[in-house]
Amino acid sequence: MTGARGFHGGLRLDSHNERSTATPIRSAQAPPQLVLPLDQHAGAPARPLVRPGERVLCGQPIAEPDGAISAWLHASASGAITAIEPRPAPHLLGAPTLSIVIDNDGRDEPFQSDCIRFEQLAPSALLAHLARGGVVGLGGAAFPLGAKLASAARAGAIALLLNGAECEPYITCDDMLMRERAQDVVLGARILLHASGAVSCTIAIEEETPHAEQALRAAIEAAHDERIVLATVPNIYPGGGERQLIASVFGREVPHSGLPADIGVLCHNVATAAAVAQWVRDGRPLTSRIVTVTGDGVHRACNLEVRIGAPIAALIAECGGYTPRVLRLIMGGSMMGPALPHDDLPVVKATNCIVAASALDLQPRGGETPCIRCGDCAEVCPAFLLPQQLHWFARSADAAALQAHGLLDCIECGCCDFVCPSQIPLVERFRESKPLLARAAEQRADAAANRARYQARNERLERLAAEQREALARRRRPQARAERETK
Amino acid sequence: MSLLLALLLMTGVTAVGGAASAAAARRPTQRAADLIDRIDDLLPQTQCRRCTFDGCRAYATALARGEADVNQCPPGGERTVAALAALLGRPARPVDPRFGVTPAQPLVAWIDEPACIGCTKCIQACPVDAIVGAPRYMHTVIAAECTGCELCIPSCPVDCIVLRPAPVDGRVQPSRGAPRVSMGAAG
Repeated sequence: MTGARGFHGGLRLDSHNERSTATPIRSAQAPPQLVLPLDQHAGAPARPLVRPGERVLCGQPIAEPDGAISAWLHASASGAITAIEPRPAPHLLGAPTLSIVIDNDGRDEPFQSDCIRFEQLAPSALLAHLARGGVVGLGGAAFPLGAKLASAARAGAIALLLNGAECEPYITCDDMLMRERAQDVVLGARILLHASGAVSCTIAIEEETPHAEQALRAAIEAAHDERIVLATVPNIYPGGGERQLIASVFGREVPHSGLPADIGVLCHNVATAAAVAQWVRDGRPLTSRIVTVTGDGVHRACNLEVRIGAPIAALIAECGGYTPRVLRLIMGGSMMGPALPHDDLPVVKATNCIVAASALDLQPRGGETPCIRCGDCAEVCPAFLLPQQLHWFARSADAAALQAHGLLDCIECGCCDFVCPSQIPLVERFRESKPLLARAAEQRADAAANRARYQARNERLERLAAEQREALARRRRPQARAERETK
Repeated sequence: MSLLLALLLMTGVTAVGGAASAAAARRPTQRAADLIDRIDDLLPQTQCRRCTFDGCRAYATALARGEADVNQCPPGGERTVAALAALLGRPARPVDPRFGVTPAQPLVAWIDEPACIGCTKCIQACPVDAIVGAPRYMHTVIAAECTGCELCIPSCPVDCIVLRPAPVDGRVQPSRGAPRVSMGAAG
């Protein structure tokens, strides 16, 4: 076991985990209709391969990647495609996005995908096969697995890090996955090791998760793979953030504006590894995931295995419905998760947790008072920023100063918000200011393009004028000679 | 005698030094050119000539020489004035209304195409090659490349060019997950 070195800042929060870990993972009932947004992964939206009216099988590819950073999408039930139209999406907070709608016929006829013995494939062939499984980063960012592996292979990543440190309060889907499907996680680790060419794999979990640790230890022993080791990190939020976890486990910082691959690390969520194992071993693409449904606002909090595209309302019903105390619906954990406008939204690949929050789950928030410059925010900031300074620059919309003070390195973890004695909604301000920096960069790019066109035009006009002068001189010369000869 | 020699030597050295520094003043040094570049980088590059100079680079050169004030660029607005003032160590002042007013939102030229007679005068006036067309054929403005400099407007003999708010291009998209409701865990 590797000793934990820790990272800067962070908070020890009440995890609220016991609420949803009392019962094992259950399979949710298949809903009558599934809605699959085409842009539920990071990068370019997928391109549909089917037409309305067509019949699809469970696990059949229904959309293909469009560009280098994009992902496959598979039908999560058998049935008829009824529409390809804009539907409200949870990752856009209820704004509509182009989605494929499938009417579930309830027969679950499977689509035949290949089951692979991964040891027999060359890493490059395995990479291509992995991309076809539609697997994306299941920790929340939904970055396409194929694109991440390809970029890591280019950078020459040597250490694989599987992130099982679920630091955010309420989320327990990875904890339950490691308890019940540890062998899938370990098999996924071996597949990812083979595909990426990394030489070691560290599975990082939080302290105080004895069940998951026990299960993983047994699975690693059973796999007889010495490259895989287990590491525990302190239960400090946001210790499961990619950069924070790398600092804790390897004691190295990912360079600012760089990627983990720059220091030879390839980081994946444990659920991503388990999804990889299911795709390679069973030929089952990413059509379902584990979602934690919890909070004081539902009757029976638990972890559900849910088909991608199932409505959130069905999940709530599966958990006994809302309690009268429910106030707010949150997708993700209580620190970073966005509030959803309603529950008629589908589960997407990035949906790890639904919190139906009551007043007990929400931190009471008083009115904002002026900053007293206590500096507590800087002490808890895991990105080494000075939130109190950024706050002033955000108020004066000073793009240059925000850039210089590293606003873009803010991971929006909410620690500064949480400790602020003046109750200033710092993260909200920072989130609003980020587009300002993007606009400033855009303006600079536009100005450079304008100048280039202006200079090109001036050069062209000068050249044309010079050519004209020369042509005129050529025409005059024979004339002058002729005049001399007549004299 | 030696005193006289020393005096002579000293006057000689000063004369040579003076000549050298005069030459340096005449030739723009590398540092001066760098300053012009840095000023030019702060300007919006609309090439509108509202500052009365022949383009942004000329204004930057005049600023570097101390022949112009920092508040002569209406398209740049307060932000550019502040940046110029900070770079040059001069007091920031509001944009002088004699040079024009800062538009509340980005504007681009728009040609009323049925009215266009295809005279190419606006194409010749456009400093950034943002108008396409040919003699006796309809002209049109490439909105993404137009800087809103207004130089094409007086050149049009049939007054068919007007300024309109810039179209929102596809670059501005809602970022994933924003804006979220900030909330902490209780306890």
